[in-house]
Amino acid sequence: MSTVVDTHHEHDDHHDHKPTGIKRWLFTTNHKDIGSLYLLFSFLMFFAGGTMALVIRAELFQPGMQIVDPHFFNQMTTMHGLIMVFGAVMPAFTGLANWMIPMMIGAPDMALPRMNNWSFWILPFAFIIMLSSMLMPGGGPAFGWTFYAPLSTTYSTDSTALFVFAIHIMGISSIMGAINVIVTIMNMRAPGMTYMRMPLFVWTWFITAFLLIAVMPVLAGVVTMVLTDKYFATSFFDAAGGGDPVLFQHLFWFFGHPEVYIMILPSFGIVSAIIPAFARKPLFGYASMVYATAAIAGLSFLVWAHHMFTTGMPVFASLFFMYMTMLIAVPTGVKIFNWVSTMWRGSMTFEPPMLFALAFVILFTIGGFSGIMLAITPVDFQYHDTYFVVAHFHYVLVSGAVFSIMAAAYYWLPKWSGFMPDEGLAKLHFWCSVISVNILFFPMHFVGLAGMPRRIPDYALQFADINAIVSVGAFLFGFSQLIFLAVVVKCMAKKGQAAVAKPWEGAEGLEWDVPSPAPYHTFDTPPKIEAPIR
Amino acid sequence: MKARLYRVLTAALVLFVMPAAFAESLQINLPRGATEVSNSVYSLHMYVFLVCVIIGVIVFAAMFWSIIRHRKSRGAEPAKFHDNVRVEIAWTVIPFLILIAMAWPATSLLLDMDDTDDSDLTVLITGSQWRWDYEYFDYDVQYRSSMATMRDQVYANLPKGENYLLEVDRPLVIPTNRKVRLLITSDDVIHSWWVPEFAIKKDANPGYINEAWTRVDEPGIYRGQCAELCGRDHAFMPIVVIALEPDDFEEWATNEETRLAEEREEEERLLSMQMTMDELMTLGESVYNAQCAACHQPNGQGVPGVFPALAGEGVSVDSDGLNDHIDTVANGVQGTAMQAYRDQLSMRELAAVITYERNAWQNDTGDEVQAADIHNYIQGDN
Amino acid sequence: MSEQHSKPDNSKMITRLLASVVLMFAFGFALVPLYEKFCEVTGFNGRTNNSAAAGSDGNLVDTTRLVTIEFHTRVNRGLPWEFSSEVRRLQVHPGETTTVNFTASNHTNRDMTGQALPSVAPGEAAPYLLKTECFCFQNQPLAAGDTAVMPMQFYVDPDIPNHIRTFTLSYMMYDMTEAAAQGRVVVDTSE
Repeated sequence: MSTVVDTHHEHDDHHDHKPTGIKRWLFTTNHKDIGSLYLLFSFLMFFAGGTMALVIRAELFQPGMQIVDPHFFNQMTTMHGLIMVFGAVMPAFTGLANWMIPMMIGAPDMALPRMNNWSFWILPFAFIIMLSSMLMPGGGPAFGWTFYAPLSTTYSTDSTALFVFAIHIMGISSIMGAINVIVTIMNMRAPGMTYMRMPLFVWTWFITAFLLIAVMPVLAGVVTMVLTDKYFATSFFDAAGGGDPVLFQHLFWFFGHPEVYIMILPSFGIVSAIIPAFARKPLFGYASMVYATAAIAGLSFLVWAHHMFTTGMPVFASLFFMYMTMLIAVPTGVKIFNWVSTMWRGSMTFEPPMLFALAFVILFTIGGFSGIMLAITPVDFQYHDTYFVVAHFHYVLVSGAVFSIMAAAYYWLPKWSGFMPDEGLAKLHFWCSVISVNILFFPMHFVGLAGMPRRIPDYALQFADINAIVSVGAFLFGFSQLIFLAVVVKCMAKKGQAAVAKPWEGAEGLEWDVPSPAPYHTFDTPPKIEAPIR
Repeated sequence: MKARLYRVLTAALVLFVMPAAFAESLQINLPRGATEVSNSVYSLHMYVFLVCVIIGVIVFAAMFWSIIRHRKSRGAEPAKFHDNVRVEIAWTVIPFLILIAMAWPATSLLLDMDDTDDSDLTVLITGSQWRWDYEYFDYDVQYRSSMATMRDQVYANLPKGENYLLEVDRPLVIPTNRKVRLLITSDDVIHSWWVPEFAIKKDANPGYINEAWTRVDEPGIYRGQCAELCGRDHAFMPIVVIALEPDDFEEWATNEETRLAEEREEEERLLSMQMTMDELMTLGESVYNAQCAACHQPNGQGVPGVFPALAGEGVSVDSDGLNDHIDTVANGVQGTAMQAYRDQLSMRELAAVITYERNAWQNDTGDEVQAADIHNYIQGDN
Repeated sequence: MSEQHSKPDNSKMITRLLASVVLMFAFGFALVPLYEKFCEVTGFNGRTNNSAAAGSDGNLVDTTRLVTIEFHTRVNRGLPWEFSSEVRRLQVHPGETTTVNFTASNHTNRDMTGQALPSVAPGEAAPYLLKTECFCFQNQPLAAGDTAVMPMQFYVDPDIPNHIRTFTLSYMMYDMTEAAAQGRVVVDTSE
């Protein structure tokens, strides 16, 4: 961590009198410092959540209970989900937003730097609380990351109180981050940086931030109801008191579905920056990309109950949610077609960021296809809560969101650290990841179709062979990420080839106008934007 | 071990090299199932899947074409275009039309699946942690169905049978070629009743009832399991349905009615019978292991913070707590996983298991509970 | 910070965004009554009316068709009661007023209070089941050893869609002894 600090120090901090050591990080209001903190924190959480996934896959390697107790297994699936969603993917995007949005729009910092410090620093506490709840008698949350009532209320252990508290803190952190992004984008753009000139990463984050503002408070409301149902005798979700457990699912997925897009829209922005850079050709259909993103965000509020087709909804509701969900395929398709057209008749090279971006397009599209299949209500009855669903959302979240974050890291590491990521290691990381991720998740489609429910610690014998393959893939994928760690550490240790201001030939954008590594303060004097930057 | 490795390798080959050819031998697709609806679901699934594959092939072909042909190392010069309204309209409208082509059959199938009217038989299914109760509306028959796989197969890696985790002590029995209406609810948390070969998956929501229907074409044994995370033993609440020819079913149901009635009579008659301590303990242990050990553990230690221990603490060692003990086992405890056993176990079994809990694991209260005590308690004569 | 980056609107914008956050938090809670209302109108979750409906207009009895109603009763765990309905199946003409008796017995030596909560499948039928009198509108106190016969008088709304020919009414009896002692009422009949 401190290596990165020193990098900034030596190069460009001579005029700045900021505290050194731990105090610098605790009290920092600098968007680049906070961005680094977010990214490193999410990297740590990625390994924590990944370790839990390996516990799950080790238990599932063969039929029978060998390693853990079923109750602990449930804690693992729950914590794995919560950590990956709230600890790895979301903070990584917030970190990227912190680092890149001010530089991309020619602003000197985020609009609300002190709040920025807060929104990061409450996050580690949330996760310490949540992880430590596993030490309580009866263990931590074991009701799945979706915490369906009444399993999470009447029938849960007392760690639920800590879980609720942790979720509240994470929510507050996300909301503060989102407010910061919106105010920054609306008020701090350099002269000439009109909305329709903004890079797509900025656009997608802008829309994501509004989604966060809209749904994180609803999540806060739901966990509050869970808390009062459990401890204060309310009956929001308790049938005995006149409540309805299905109401929980409506409220949760009203948050949960937009949340899914919160975790993928910034990816669209990243890929829309990387593909043109390495195809050496402007992004195809910039305006339609913006509109498609907005359409996806809007539709995300009208599709929540497609997670609930088996709850026994009246048929008119099932039909409505099926049609709405299928509609999302249209704007999503537009994006994929735009990326392919950007490559078409380009002049492509395949550096690590591009490799990950290309893998993103293919694998995310596969996840999109299984998404369309899941939208079809009558067949969803068969897919629902099976490994087919697990395969689907890991395709869009791991080979989708996580791959895009890795692409972003490779793309911008030269700017952050001043050093080029080791190309040999990076390509090794790519090929190991892309092969193992498919060994890991592709067979899950089959085992799900064959009838294996999700969230089970033990399974019938006909699922054994495929599960063994999946577990092998999981360990390969998990250990492949150590290569990524090596690349990042090498850059932070200032080893390797020094980066020039614009290390990628075809890259566009203001961030490439500043030296590498980016000085501690950039764009104190705003740049003047004459032509569209894409 | 070697055989297993070989099987894994074969499976890997099948998965990645020749999926279609081996799809039948290694189950990697939805089952066609045993009903008209499940066959329609299968066809719709294959149809949507094929449409996705075709679109995928076209999109990925275009992408790989440019990856191969339009690379800088081959001297490709980048073109300058970045917009084309006509193309963009086309790829908005065409997917929309394709979606309509998928939504059409989906809608009609869904409407069909939703129509539970004019059924010939109604069965009420109640999920509870971690068992299913079946109750026939048209016959005086109701019983509980629990997993039959032995604990040691799960935890001690004893050799596993063919239907490992998918076998129950008392399957649901339904007639073929009859429209069976299933009402589904739960006693505690949300469960989900799923039999893939009927293409039925319906959540069991506590306090609310859901419905589904099926008409099975062929007699046979159909297996499924709970599909909604419902706590610790979610993986261990399978479903087995036996479909019988209507006549055979009629016979089964009447026999079952008679048998259950006789059992109740027999029970009344045997109330006065005293069992010896040894008999009580032996029967009690087997009932305990079948019904109680999953939560309270075979050694009575429970799971701290989740399931209370019975050994050395609580109601089972409280010498004044006998009635509370009977109450807990017979009626269950609201808002916990402790379910009511009075309709699921006979008076003798209840007496035996309570005696066992009060005397096993050095609890040694010396209490002997007889069927008559249980009867008196439940009938309020205490 | 340079002049060009002056941010006069920041505080206004933050106020607005925070207001939206508060609004959305409140909206989450507002969804609870909205959902209940929505269910009441559409039968979305299968709950029936929990207060007495106006009586049926005898002239509106639709003798051209019959609707089959199945009755089901169940006692929640922890409640040592017996609870049953006198019939399991009944055919009625829409609009025709019928009474079905339910019986509850408390075999314990304690005075207890129960509450029966209805659920209808398919939920679509729920708004058409109109109860003019029902034990389910309030708590059922039952003294130790007592048995109570509890009537439910109802009619099926003649507007019930033709395609609903059968529906099930299920009652789950919950133990409300503690809640009643604390003065908490489950089903609010005040409206």
